[in-house]
Amino acid sequence: MRYIPITAADKEAMLRDIGVSSTEELFAANIPADIRLNRPLNLPPAQTEMEILSTMRDLVRENADTQQYICFLGAGAYDHYIPAAVDAFVRRGEFLTAYTPYQPEISQGVLQVIYEYQSLVCELTGMDVANASMYDGASALAEAAHMALNQTRRRKVVVAASVHPNHRRVLRTYTHASGVEVVEAPLTECRTDLERLAALVTDEVAAVLVQTPNFLGFLEPVREIEKLAHARGALFITAVDPISLGLLEAPGQYGADIVVAEGQSLGSALSFGGPYLGILATRESFMRKMPGRLAGATVDNRGQRGVVLTLQAREQHIRREKATSNICTNQALNALAATVYLTMLGKEGLREVANLCLQKAHYAAKQIAALPGYRLAAQAPFFKEFTVLCPEPPAEINRRLLGKKILGGFDTSREYPELPNAMTIAVTEQRTREQIDALVAALGEVK
Amino acid sequence: MAAVPFIFEVSSPGKRALRFPQPDVPTADPAELIPEEYLRSTPANLPEVSEVDVVRHFTQLSRLNHGVDVDFYPLGSCTMKYNPKVNEEAARLPGIAQTHPLQPAETVQGNLKLLHTMERWLCEITGMDRMTFQPAAGAHGELTGILIIRAYHESRGDTARRKVIVPDSAHGTNPATAAMAGCEVVTVKSAPDGSVDLEALRQVVGPDTAALMMTNPSTLGLFDPHVQEIAQIVHEAGGLVYYDGANMNAIMGYARPGDMGFDVVHLNLHKTFSTPHGGGGPGSGPVGVKEFLAPFLPVPTVEVKDGQYYFDWDRPQSIGKVTGFWGNFGVVARAFAYVLACGPELKQVSEYAVLNANYVMAHLRKYFDLPVDRYCMHECVLSAHTLKQETGVKTLDIAKALLDEGIHPPTIYFPLIVDEAMMIEPTETEDKATLDRFIQAMIRIYNEAKTDPEKVKGAPYKTAVGRLDEALAARRPNLRFTCDR
Repeated sequence: MRYIPITAADKEAMLRDIGVSSTEELFAANIPADIRLNRPLNLPPAQTEMEILSTMRDLVRENADTQQYICFLGAGAYDHYIPAAVDAFVRRGEFLTAYTPYQPEISQGVLQVIYEYQSLVCELTGMDVANASMYDGASALAEAAHMALNQTRRRKVVVAASVHPNHRRVLRTYTHASGVEVVEAPLTECRTDLERLAALVTDEVAAVLVQTPNFLGFLEPVREIEKLAHARGALFITAVDPISLGLLEAPGQYGADIVVAEGQSLGSALSFGGPYLGILATRESFMRKMPGRLAGATVDNRGQRGVVLTLQAREQHIRREKATSNICTNQALNALAATVYLTMLGKEGLREVANLCLQKAHYAAKQIAALPGYRLAAQAPFFKEFTVLCPEPPAEINRRLLGKKILGGFDTSREYPELPNAMTIAVTEQRTREQIDALVAALGEVK
Repeated sequence: MAAVPFIFEVSSPGKRALRFPQPDVPTADPAELIPEEYLRSTPANLPEVSEVDVVRHFTQLSRLNHGVDVDFYPLGSCTMKYNPKVNEEAARLPGIAQTHPLQPAETVQGNLKLLHTMERWLCEITGMDRMTFQPAAGAHGELTGILIIRAYHESRGDTARRKVIVPDSAHGTNPATAAMAGCEVVTVKSAPDGSVDLEALRQVVGPDTAALMMTNPSTLGLFDPHVQEIAQIVHEAGGLVYYDGANMNAIMGYARPGDMGFDVVHLNLHKTFSTPHGGGGPGSGPVGVKEFLAPFLPVPTVEVKDGQYYFDWDRPQSIGKVTGFWGNFGVVARAFAYVLACGPELKQVSEYAVLNANYVMAHLRKYFDLPVDRYCMHECVLSAHTLKQETGVKTLDIAKALLDEGIHPPTIYFPLIVDEAMMIEPTETEDKATLDRFIQAMIRIYNEAKTDPEKVKGAPYKTAVGRLDEALAARRPNLRFTCDR
């Protein structure tokens, strides 16, 4: 077997040292005979490296990838440019093949990366503290709700219907078992209806959860929602698009208590939905209620600066059933990608990429809204994604677009039946004017 | 090697790394497109550095880090085996890395087939019937599994089953998971050999038992010979039995959790199936279930009809979703490449993992305490109890002294039921020379503890930083860089 480097002679010498004649004796001493598998595993025969690559190439050859197709799909995963330096460090064995940094003296690389990642997230969101990462944006939202429930000792949360449908599904899965009630705040004009939200936010509500830009692409009236939530003693949790924070106000500035984000846009490949990056940041006062790993700076016994995992008394390996969460392995490598990404962009680069998305999305929206039969689903501000109402079912339109090698927008009417024939279109900095014009022309070919 | 400055400390106004093309569409002032109140008042204070600054910074940081690619990493329970480079190539094929999760099914048939095929393979390896790839890590798999078990009991109107039994030798994630799933944790004492104490188990099972969570081989690296009886006791009480797959590397091709009586299993693809740990993730924690639990799996499942693969969302008894899309697909793709590389020879993976652990144990038992005198499976647990009594040198000191040998220490102080524990998992991808070097290093440290204990207590000496003040870090948390610090 190619990944086993023990020679026949080594094996013999090792068995001799152990005092057995075969490895079978070691297994016989452990596993009762009646539960032994007495046949070979029914798997295809082992392949060489060349065969593995050709097998997998053949397997995915027919997939429509974003190198060959022009991608206007967003809805929680975005086709942003990834600087070459990102993958160079993601692939470095010292980072790639390390475990969670339990031995800080030989893990300063990962630990400092996590510390810098936490610092960058704080700068981006305007919050005081960030953790080392969660699984993805959806689980980060669910964990934030869990935090708020523990903090307020209330048993109900209100979530805007404009939060990503899958994130709401994960929230319900996480909260259902603990008997927590999840109430959805309805939309008006593609944004949270403030009046109806106000009626839902009672004194039993632990948190109000909103996403901005929301799933339909539009910006939520966060300042008004913040007032509504805090007036009733509920925490205000916002899910944001990290790229948008190059232009949009930092949630810390409008009173968010916990900020979560899907961090895929920050240097992680689309990769058919994962691995992505769950971002979670909060106020200093909630620091000890946070889930997940935290890196903190300290000093060593030689007087040098160093970084360790800290405040571990919150975590499962110490607190067991009293831990703030069961999370152990998280998404450190994606956090590394985000750290290199944000460093490569810097202060100016982030503003630049956000502005490119903004300008191109608005150019696209204007052209599409001018087509006969199409109109914007709402007259509300948006960033890089927007929802249009189409003259025919988006599934039909998308089928036609595929023929032109275009991956059309998300069929939003599937998730929001009150918005028939709605399509949500994402335009990142990678889309050229030519590509946008091609989309507009194709959309215009109504049958 | 000197400490590397924080990236913020090398920032200098006006420096740039990446630049984007000029806009090719008509532009407007952002304030004309978005009302002022939504716009950022002050830009995010990201570092301003050049590309060379970035590359040198992260290269220097990488040199301060130990990985399997650098040297031996016998971290027990973590299965730090070699992560094949071809897996990385496979995961970066455009059809895998550059496909959007919401593309129409007809445009991602390859990915759906990969998931469907991998599900069949892992079911064959574990003896289960169906599997989900949504969980992103082992603990996430545990949560998914316990939620499935709860949904099953609820579907039968058996709502009183809220207690999850966890042996005191279990990983900390087990009790934390049960609590997160809204269950009450019942800790049951293990027998001294780490196995489940049958009498203690009989006393705690009852009409309120939801499940027993069990690791087999146990965290002492020993297979529990009473596993079938354990499953029977729990089943007779109406509960289900959950298999923590952290130690699956010991038994592939030799035995299957499904044949031992387990109802739910999670695997750690980032342990057993050679995908890299990445410094703490991403992992992948697929969950396998027996047929009667399949209706409760997260939505969507991957199905095939007339040769066409599709997502099935129409599963009314499902626990719902546990992750934003379909799980850590890129990690599953790497593990897929690994199963292709091994095939039925996965049995040899376990064979050699067990051989290597026993070889290390056979040599080191002459120096350290062996809590249970039995051949181990893929890992062995030793104790520095006697050495500490004789010399004052603790397990922690031994771990730190190993750092100077360029070797990552074993897992220490776990399992909790062994005093001064060292949990050593060499894995099958290490050769005899590496194991001998480790054994010699441990013996050298042992001898030094006898002759010069203070020296061992002061280790490490050769690392970039010395022992770090963890108490200070917790007392005065400094969790982010700020310019005035």
